[in-house]
Amino acid sequence: MKLRSAIYLASATLAFAALTFASTLPSGAADKIDPVADAKAFQKFFTDKFPKVKYEDFVNGPYSMNEDLHRQWQEKEQFPPYEFSLEMGKEMFSKPFKNGKTYEDCFPNKGIGIRQNYPYFDEKEGKVITLELALNRCREANGEPPYSYVKDEMAALTAYMAFTSRGKPMDIKIPDDPRALAAYENGKEYFYTRRGQLNFSCATCHVQSPGERIRAEILAPALGIVNAMPIYRSEWSGMGTTSRRFTTCNSQIRGVPLSPQDDEYRNVEYFLSYVSNGLPISGPGARP
Amino acid sequence: MASTIRVRATSSGETTEVQALIQHPMDSGFIKDAKGEIIPAHFIQQLTFEYDGKNVFTADWGGGVSKDPYVKFAFKGGKKGDELKVSWVDNKGATDTTTAKIQ
Repeated sequence: MKLRSAIYLASATLAFAALTFASTLPSGAADKIDPVADAKAFQKFFTDKFPKVKYEDFVNGPYSMNEDLHRQWQEKEQFPPYEFSLEMGKEMFSKPFKNGKTYEDCFPNKGIGIRQNYPYFDEKEGKVITLELALNRCREANGEPPYSYVKDEMAALTAYMAFTSRGKPMDIKIPDDPRALAAYENGKEYFYTRRGQLNFSCATCHVQSPGERIRAEILAPALGIVNAMPIYRSEWSGMGTTSRRFTTCNSQIRGVPLSPQDDEYRNVEYFLSYVSNGLPISGPGARP
Repeated sequence: MASTIRVRATSSGETTEVQALIQHPMDSGFIKDAKGEIIPAHFIQQLTFEYDGKNVFTADWGGGVSKDPYVKFAFKGGKKGDELKVSWVDNKGATDTTTAKIQ
């Protein structure tokens, strides 16, 4: 009897404690999706953590975190390794398809200077549309086979589109649509969820530890990380798209990557781009 | 196709600094493709920079050099407005040449 009453008492105290704890939280803060507040808090986290880094410099990934690397990169930028790809992209972009149309016909403003608006939420379809996806849809609509999402032609095209948008602030909008908010929230959840044998989330490296080394690499901050896409990685000896970055990140933590342009990857890109709103497009980038 | 060579040469009066980027697969011949078949060796064997009829820089390369190699060096002399000739030959006999004005 004595034991049982002790348990009653303890659980009653616990319940009471939980109640008082809950009442100290601002009402409903836990379950309300508030991208504006998220983005503000996200950016503040990085600017507080790295007070010496200039705001626009966050888009330069590891170079914003390390002075030596920054100097090497500036020298490299005189002869950027993505130049060949960029030239190829420019050529491909205006070259007509078999039916005479070009990529220009698929995009607003003929595809020039619009990188900062991608990914966007398509209210008709109820899903996030990335630039890579839009490019392949453009090809398919014109009777051309789609490109691989990870490198080569796709990277060349996005490189050219990013190049024409350099310096424009990322401008992702979340329409007043519960599905758009859900997509954003799903992307955020993916970003912060641990996975893989190494039990890493995206945030483990890119929020908790930017500027730290992971083996020989210096980790880039998540803030502005998508602004530099696509990138030439010396490690890959070639170009890679956002899709390539997501899938290789997942396999590096010994997780099973989703297929490129999976709904969840699109949502992550949506989340990451939204919280980087205001930072300039710097792609195509070059990374070690 | 556009030239495979990008080159920039700048004179400081006494010396000329040269930077070049060359587009080439530089396959070593030791790597297999996705099907498990060896990718045949294909690399630049000799790269030369010629100024005023003389070689100012020669590189004998092999399969150990990275894809799309980058070179930077400086030589004594070289006047602004003069021409610098760059050429390479690979193990399959392919070649490319370009000239750049020293700035």
